[in-house]
Amino acid sequence: MIPLIKRILRTGIVTEKRPEPVESVEIAREMRQLSDDILRILGRALTIRQVDAGSCNGCELEIHALNNPYYNLEGYGIKFVASPRHADMLLVTGPVTKNMENALKVAYDCTPDPKLVVAVGDCGCTGGVFGASYASCGAVENVIPVDVRVPGCPPTPVALLQGILAAIRR
Amino acid sequence: MTMRFHAEPIEFTRQPGLGAPVWAARAADGDDLMRFAVSVHRHEGRLAALWGEDRRQRGEGFRLHCVFALDEGHLWLDLDLPAENPVYPDLAGIFPAANRMQRATRDLVGIAFEGGSGGGDARPWLRHGAWPADWHPLRHDAGEGGGFPNDPSDYDFVQVGGEGAHEIPVGPIHAGIIEPGHFRFSVIGERVLRLEQRLGYQHKGVEKLFIGGSIADGARLAGRISGDSTCAYAWAYAAAVEAACGVNPPPRALMLRALMLERERVANHLGDLGALGNDAALAFGFSQFMRLKEDWLRVNGALFGHRFMMDRIVPGGTASDLEAPALRAIVDQCDAIGREVKDLRKIYDEHAGLQDRFQTTGTIHADLARELSLTGVAARATGLILDGRAHRQGYTPPPPYAALGVRPATDERGDVAARAAVRFAEIFESLRLLQEIAVGLPDSELCIEFAPVADAHGLGVIEGWRGEVLVGVALDGAGRLARVHPHDPSWQAWPALEHAVMKDIVPDFPLINKSFNLSYSGHDL
Repeated sequence: MIPLIKRILRTGIVTEKRPEPVESVEIAREMRQLSDDILRILGRALTIRQVDAGSCNGCELEIHALNNPYYNLEGYGIKFVASPRHADMLLVTGPVTKNMENALKVAYDCTPDPKLVVAVGDCGCTGGVFGASYASCGAVENVIPVDVRVPGCPPTPVALLQGILAAIRR
Repeated sequence: MTMRFHAEPIEFTRQPGLGAPVWAARAADGDDLMRFAVSVHRHEGRLAALWGEDRRQRGEGFRLHCVFALDEGHLWLDLDLPAENPVYPDLAGIFPAANRMQRATRDLVGIAFEGGSGGGDARPWLRHGAWPADWHPLRHDAGEGGGFPNDPSDYDFVQVGGEGAHEIPVGPIHAGIIEPGHFRFSVIGERVLRLEQRLGYQHKGVEKLFIGGSIADGARLAGRISGDSTCAYAWAYAAAVEAACGVNPPPRALMLRALMLERERVANHLGDLGALGNDAALAFGFSQFMRLKEDWLRVNGALFGHRFMMDRIVPGGTASDLEAPALRAIVDQCDAIGREVKDLRKIYDEHAGLQDRFQTTGTIHADLARELSLTGVAARATGLILDGRAHRQGYTPPPPYAALGVRPATDERGDVAARAAVRFAEIFESLRLLQEIAVGLPDSELCIEFAPVADAHGLGVIEGWRGEVLVGVALDGAGRLARVHPHDPSWQAWPALEHAVMKDIVPDFPLINKSFNLSYSGHDL
């Protein structure tokens, strides 16, 4: 136990006040406003249900990174939940496969109104390298309505934060 | 150079090039294939991959490709099948891993298996009802497809009876940030009697997209088969193309590829060790390892311009170089991360609550691992010394690993604790390799231009962080991609997970699942 506590103390708080690098000034301002906005708009935390509707899992790696201590998503009152019924927002990666089309529609229908949908990654936004085919519906918006698109292959955690912010501000 | 194996009459020819040792031959008929498969199994070999190819547009029929692995290397045995009624013997009774591969091949190419050794599983695998049973996307006369009614079909799960037995269906959307798949648990109380997986939800038609593309188009797609293994796939694809075209990548490029592959391995192992802590309620472990992983990815981003190094390994060499300051940064970071991981390993090892969850949970033994043709972390955690980067009796790893002298990590316990321990050991070994590569990077060009060779084929095999990644490539008469088959180690590991959870309790499933951390996308294609 003692080495564990020592390690916690030695690590300290690594959460970044302003995520690096270039966009940092603007992002820092955005992030300062973010928790205020969430409280003002929603009166409570923003809850996200992430749905992988056919990705290569690259986008999931970066969505996971949002939970690491540097980005510390929960520190802004945003958290991932296990059910779409508990969610304010669906964060959907694509392309939407034909085999996931039905499950994605069900998840959307189960999410209470008002709801937001953020399409993540080049594939979620346009179908990407996989496009639309016998096995793929292509972009998320071909299956459910989309509010905000976050392109990138995969988008960086900072880009994901910006996208989530943009959706809340709408 | 030709060679026979185990006194079987089939004569194999060595594939040219610098890649992993591959021997190719054609079976005379189905019986020939069966006999050879039995012989491989008897000598504790494994089934590495199985796929089909439509060659009717060339005036031939269909071709079945089987890749077996022995200590000496990979044996690529194919079998020509007639254009009408293409059927081959079911291999699943010899190699259980064949079951899902054969069903996927029937769904996609429309070649059937019957007789032989298995029970002839009639259920589809990747086809869920988005296209009709008599339409096969990888046939050249299939057209683009699409426009079919998407009519998700019922799936005939094996039912478990008896008093108190019931089912828990989970998925396809899971309760976390994870890829989709369906798990059907049969339980009594909290104890798992049986787990049956249904996969294919990530099927996005990757293999059809390769057909007709250029070698460069294929490279971009290969890097997106399983994002967490983008370097392994990019290298396996490049190695297959290079073998087909008789191209040897320059020494500096080979070393840089290994550097990227090892960086990919460390990144994933760091993430998995954090997630394993999290699933055993040690949030401290999650925070610490995810912090280290983020540090690691940021250096990737700074040095390669991409946090996961996508599209940096290309046929002919690499698309990125590293200068002296970058190499110094890598050496320094390896020192720093190594010190931290050493401390964290001690904390994990001595944490009673964590070890209580890890030890004797999700156990599989070496005999089962061998029976299922398992590779990678999960196989080495049962004590099997299977690592394509390391020397073993009769096997010399391909460059640059032959010169690096990789020490494979093993643990014989076969449980979650063993899979964690193998990851720790592999992080330290990869950090050592990275430092060795960084200080001894040879000078040469980075990438050589080459023209595709018509009607050529090649196989690339790479030891990715999860296990053995394999890509088979066939070029057409114009030097474009006629068929590309990527094979993820998850094909063999998903059935092992079904075994690992038996007799454990439902709440341990997330932990056991995470200790395997398998790819859905790489499997579903």
